[in-house]
Parts: sequence; C-alpha cells; structure tokens
Amino acid sequence: MTAAATPRTTTNAARTRGIPMARLRDAALRVAHAVTTPVLPADYLDLIAPLRAGADLRGRVVAVTPETADAATVVIRPGRGWRGHVPGQYTRIGVDVDGVRNWRAYSLTCPVDAADGLISITVKAIPDGKVSNHVVRDLRPGTLIHLDQATGDFTLPTPRPAKALFLTAGSGITPVMGMLRNHLDELPDAVLVHSAPTSGDVIFSAQLREWGGRGDLRLVELHTDTDGMLSPADLDELVPDWRERETWCCGPTGMLDAFEEAYAAAGLSERLHTERFRPVVVAEGEGGTVTFATQGKTVEADGATPILDAGEEADVLMPSGCRMGICFGCVVPLRQGAVRDLRNGELTVATEGDGVRIQTCISAAAGECEIDL
Amino acid sequence: MTATANRPTTSTVGDEQFDLSIDGRLAGTPRAPQNTTKVGSRLSVAAKERSFVPKPSGKPDPAGHLSAEDIEALGAELDALRQEVLDSRGASDAAYIRKVLKWQRGLEMGSRAVLLFSLFPPAWFVGTAGLSVAKILENMELGHNIMHGQWDWMRDPRIHSQEWEWDNASPSEFWKHSHNELHHTFTNVIGRDNDLGYGIMRVDEDQKWYPSYISQPLVNFVNMVFFEYGIAAYDLEVGAYLQGRGKDKETFQRDLKKVLRKIGRQARKDYLVHPLLSGPSFFQTVAANFVANTVRNVWTHSVIMCGHFPEGVETFAKQSIDGETRGEWYLRQMVGSANISGSKAMHLMTGNLSHQIEHHLFPDLPSNRYAEIAPRIREICQRYGLSYTTGPLPKQVASAWKQVVVLALPNPQEGRSRVGIAAEAVGKRVRRKLRNRRMPRRASATA
Repeated sequence: MTAAATPRTTTNAARTRGIPMARLRDAALRVAHAVTTPVLPADYLDLIAPLRAGADLRGRVVAVTPETADAATVVIRPGRGWRGHVPGQYTRIGVDVDGVRNWRAYSLTCPVDAADGLISITVKAIPDGKVSNHVVRDLRPGTLIHLDQATGDFTLPTPRPAKALFLTAGSGITPVMGMLRNHLDELPDAVLVHSAPTSGDVIFSAQLREWGGRGDLRLVELHTDTDGMLSPADLDELVPDWRERETWCCGPTGMLDAFEEAYAAAGLSERLHTERFRPVVVAEGEGGTVTFATQGKTVEADGATPILDAGEEADVLMPSGCRMGICFGCVVPLRQGAVRDLRNGELTVATEGDGVRIQTCISAAAGECEIDL
Repeated sequence: MTATANRPTTSTVGDEQFDLSIDGRLAGTPRAPQNTTKVGSRLSVAAKERSFVPKPSGKPDPAGHLSAEDIEALGAELDALRQEVLDSRGASDAAYIRKVLKWQRGLEMGSRAVLLFSLFPPAWFVGTAGLSVAKILENMELGHNIMHGQWDWMRDPRIHSQEWEWDNASPSEFWKHSHNELHHTFTNVIGRDNDLGYGIMRVDEDQKWYPSYISQPLVNFVNMVFFEYGIAAYDLEVGAYLQGRGKDKETFQRDLKKVLRKIGRQARKDYLVHPLLSGPSFFQTVAANFVANTVRNVWTHSVIMCGHFPEGVETFAKQSIDGETRGEWYLRQMVGSANISGSKAMHLMTGNLSHQIEHHLFPDLPSNRYAEIAPRIREICQRYGLSYTTGPLPKQVASAWKQVVVLALPNPQEGRSRVGIAAEAVGKRVRRKLRNRRMPRRASATA
C-alpha cells in the first residue's frame, strides 16, 4: 500500500505543477502521507468515505429487487470514480461471501444516465453458485461491494441496425435488456427470441411482454420445459428473415456454439455477436500442468506434489519458507486454475482477476494452473 | 532448493530480468534461495520410531511417556480441531478484524488530533494514553496476526500478509522471515530458534554460557525500552553479520538501507510531522509520541517474553527435529510455549499472544478464535500428560525475568556455585586479554 502511493503522488505533482491550488493539495497529501505512514491516507479515508473520488472503486447496494424466484436486480450507488457504461456491457463485482471476497461478472441492466446516478445488475442464482445465490438471497441494502469499471464489446453499433434480432436464454437476457432499455426506440425493427424454462422464469417478463404487446418489438417467448430448447433450425419458422438481421446472442454455451456454427454455415458469421459468460468452475482433477507465467516455465505436477517442489524441480525461482504451511513465505498469486490443500484436501479455484493467492508449499495442482511467478 | 541454489539475486530467464531482491514494494517478493540444503516437506504424519535427543542438562524427554502412535494420534486430533475452526470461519470473523481495524485507526487519528493541543496537560494525558493503546493494537492484534496470514483467507488485499506494513521500526518483510519462518518453524530448538534469548541472552540452562551473558539483565532492560529497534536489528541479523557468519556485505547493506528508511519514515511521523502540526505544542507532542512508543516497547517486550521464557517451557536439542513429523512438531509447539491468563481486554491488548500455545499450534488461525479452542487444547495436553504452562501476566513476566537474571550466570556444578564458575571464567578471560596485550606477537604466533 505504501509503495502504490509514491507513483500516484508523483504523477499528480507533475501534472499540477504551477497551479497554486493543486500544489497546495499535493503538499497537503504529502503531509497526510507522512502522518499516516506506514499506511496511506486512503486507508483512513476508506473508513469514512469509501465512495469518494480517487478511492478504489466500490459501490453501495441501494436495493435488491426480486425479478423471478431465483433472479434479482441489484441497484448500486457506484463510487465517484465510476466512468459509466455502454448498454450491453458487464461489470465485475467483488462481494464478501462468508467473509471471503469473490469476484463475478454481471451484465448492467440499467439506463446509462439515470438522474440519481444509480446502476443496476441483474443476477440469476445458479445451482450451487456461491456468489449468485448470496447476491439473490442474502445481499442487503447498505452493503459495500467492490466494483470494476464496465467492460465488454457486446454492444449496439452506431448507427443502430435497421433490423435486429436478439436470441437469448435464461440470464442471457440481461445484457440485451441493458440494450433494449436504453435503445429500443432507436431500433425500428427488433425481434427478441427469449427462452426460459417456464413462464415464471422469464426475467423482466412484465417489461418484455409490455413492449411485445405495444409492438415496440416482436417478442417470441419460448418455454423450454414445454417447447424444448431453441435450435438454429427453428429460426426459419420463428424469424423467417433472420439472415437479414444483425444478431446478438447470449445464453448457455451449447446454444452459443450451435448458433455460431449455423451462422458460419450460412456465411453470416459477421452478423452474429455473442456474449459468453465464462463458467466459474475450472476443470478440477488430480495434478495438472502448472505454468509459471513470468518465468515462462511449465511443469507437469501430480496431485501429491506441492507446487513449490514441482517448481523448484524445474528450476523455477520461487519464494519459500517453512515448507509446512505455517509461515506464509511462499504465498504467490494463482492467476487461474485449481489447487488442493494437501493438509485437508480443500480446493481453491481461481479465475483471472480474482486476486487469489496460494501457499505453494501445501498446495498441489488440481487441474491446469497458472502461477504468477 | 538444491537446483536453484547459489543464484545471484538477479536472474535472467529468456529476455526478461527478474529482480529477486526484496525491494520493499511487496513484502514476500521472491527471495533468492537462502541455503543449499533441501529442508524437505514437513507435511508427513507417518508414525515412526520415537527418537529423543538428550540435552546437556540431561532433562528428561517431556513426551517420553508417549509412543509414536500416541503422537500421531495427537497430531490427528489437532488437525481435526484446526479443521473445525476453518469450517466455521466466516463473516463474523471478518467483521471482527474489520472492527478492530476501524477502532484502531479511529483511536490513532483521534489521539493524534487531541495531541495537537498537547500543551494542555489533560490533552497530553488523554492523547498519549490513546496513542499508546492504538500503537499496541496495531502491532499486536493487527500487524502481528495479519502478517501471519491469519486473515489471508478473506482475500482482502488491504488485510493481507503480503501487503501489510506495520507501525514498527522493522520492515514487515524482515519480520516475517525471522518470525513466521524461522521462529515458528524451529520454535525452542536450541541453535535454530534465535528467539530463545534473541541471540543476546541465555534463557535456557541448555544454552551454552559465555561471560558476556553476565550483563544480560541490563541488556534485557535496554532491549525492553527500545524494543522495536531491537527487533529491527534482530530481523536484520546484525549479530550474525558482525560475526561474519550472516549475509554477504551487499545484501546486508541493501537490507540495512531498507531498515533505515523505515526507521526514518517512522521517526519523521512521530517526531517531526506530527509535532510540527501541533504548532506551539511541538515538544509536548514529541514527548507524547516518545512515551507512546516506549509504552508499546515495554508492553510488547513483556508479553513476548512470556511466550517462551518462563519456567516450565521446554526446549529441544538441535538434532531432535531431524525427520520430525507433523505430530512431533505440534508437540514441540505445545510444550515450548506459555500462555498468559487474564481478561478479554488483556487478550486483545496482547494480540491474543496470551494464547501463545494455541497460536504456536495454529499460527494461521484467526486470533479471535484462540480463546474458544484454549480449553480444548488444555484438555488435550492433560489427556496426553503434557505440560500446559500458563499464569497471570505479573507472574509470567516475573518468571521470565527470573530466568534472565539467574541464567546470566552459568549452571551450577557439583561443589561449585554459579558465581564461582562465572568469576573463574571472567578471570580467565581477563588474564588472557592481558597476556595478549603484553605479548601480542607471541600470542598470535602460538594461536
């Protein structure tokens, strides 16, 4: 934390040299830093004003509104550093579940320029989903969560397409809802084919049906429990002019694969835009390939060998200490992959950006792993 | 580390250069291998023959009545207890440490604000008391425990062993190496655990006596008053370096620079910037900071002394840990540590080091959970016929000091008193010095 401050202050100083007020502020910051060392002034300010400008991006939950039995929209007041979003984009949120911070990506479903500055994401609880279930069922207004800036290129182009088709299933409606809420009036001819298990599982059903009823868009609602899964072959019947439509598709991996294949076969790959929600579960097993990304070394490790030993065998330079899991001298970031604690078999899974760190002396590969060394 | 031994601190892999030096930005950056012998994993729980390496004093094996299977069972029992805590670790624990953090930071800033008016005696007293408590909390319940990785599981980078820098003269990275790694792994192994007397004192009768130990009561007192600087020097391994058996010169100087930079920043805060902000109260604020730092020094020194120095704590011969199993390691931690009994507030102010035995068994369990497992550890000790040393703070401090004073002199021998042996040894040394001074050339020729 201390180290991060130095470049921050220097850039500020360089940028603001010559402006009296800014120089004064820089001087004040330096004094504040000198008083708060070894931590930063921010570490104190965070306790009072976690949403202020310049703080790590956070948000405060304003409301959690149920959409269906297992989906909810979370309304968030983002910190001052929030830079806005383009409809269709997602943000990553860091939520503490049972005291452990977990990061997940969810699509933004709100208007881009709400007067109150609030944003919202819509989350569907997936079976055994630690974070999604927590968000849908246990997240309370007032909770402070962590945020990333919005990102993603699953968005509408400008000018808007004359004819648009949205193929969605389940929570795949969420990025599309972000687009429709903001730009439906700019889309003269839009078709939405949405699948959900039953009528009651349709997220945003009231709004969608209202738009469909008013003719703002053509809504094709499929209930997979009775109608079966949507397949590309159904398109000719449901949307005869699908070939002429710019298409946005979001849903389960199987569905995305099928439509990508069909569009490719029709020579229309350029028409199709897909959004894949990367599954959180990393392939787990016993042992695996361990990549030491920075040093460019890769080793095969079995499920009984500490990653520390496996790395050292391959001449990877690794921090080490007690070799029994007590000193935390070997802690390094696990960029992605799964490892197992050799003491109790506990599994730790990481995906890019999670900021998960592991003790290499008591962790064995439980699948493919990438270590930040 | 056999394969990677003896590498320089910078390494080139492909086109990239890796700085393996510890640059202070990230505590825990890769260290160049420290020694060439492969330590080997200590994860083994397999039962084997009991082995006991006697110490010079001939004290009996504290676990002599236990079989290899007993010790394996003990290990399994303690593993299960640890797992129980892990399984119930959650939101309330996270809330606990965040609450302590919030209160500590509030108390520190509040006290510093009050001290801006330290010209007025009531403000000085209130501010100094508050700052002392805040500084103690920061080092003990926050710093020490966070650096142990007790809160790493929360995955909060602000409360993480690899990120935390504490309010102390010694930089976190050096402390973590000498404390977490060396002391906690080699607890009470004579010759391996430098915490036994910090390398400047003799606190166990099985440590060899040298005449210089005669002054150790005074040394201990000075170390107590300036404890944080003592820790910095200790973590820097100054003693070993001066004796030519420590780090190489380049490493030492680089590390020394980091320590001095840290000391400089700490001193600038307490003795320059904060007093300057106090305006006319400058000198009063300097005094307040000095008193707060000294109060913390005396307090932490006393608490830490109670961890391993009091009577009843067992030590181990150097060779006794060859091929040590997890169960044996647990056993060594149990009988090699001592608790302090007292109130909740006392436990908080000691950073729960009052539960030293529990802490040494499970250094990475959240400190707020030691109290609840303490009675069960005590019961386990009883059942296995092992000692569980504990007592109120004054008693334990007195016991530790007694060791420091008594062991300043050599062990008594049959027919000879401690003082007699010490006097003889000192006399010998003085005579040798005098002789060398008188005949320097001959002395070096015969040496």
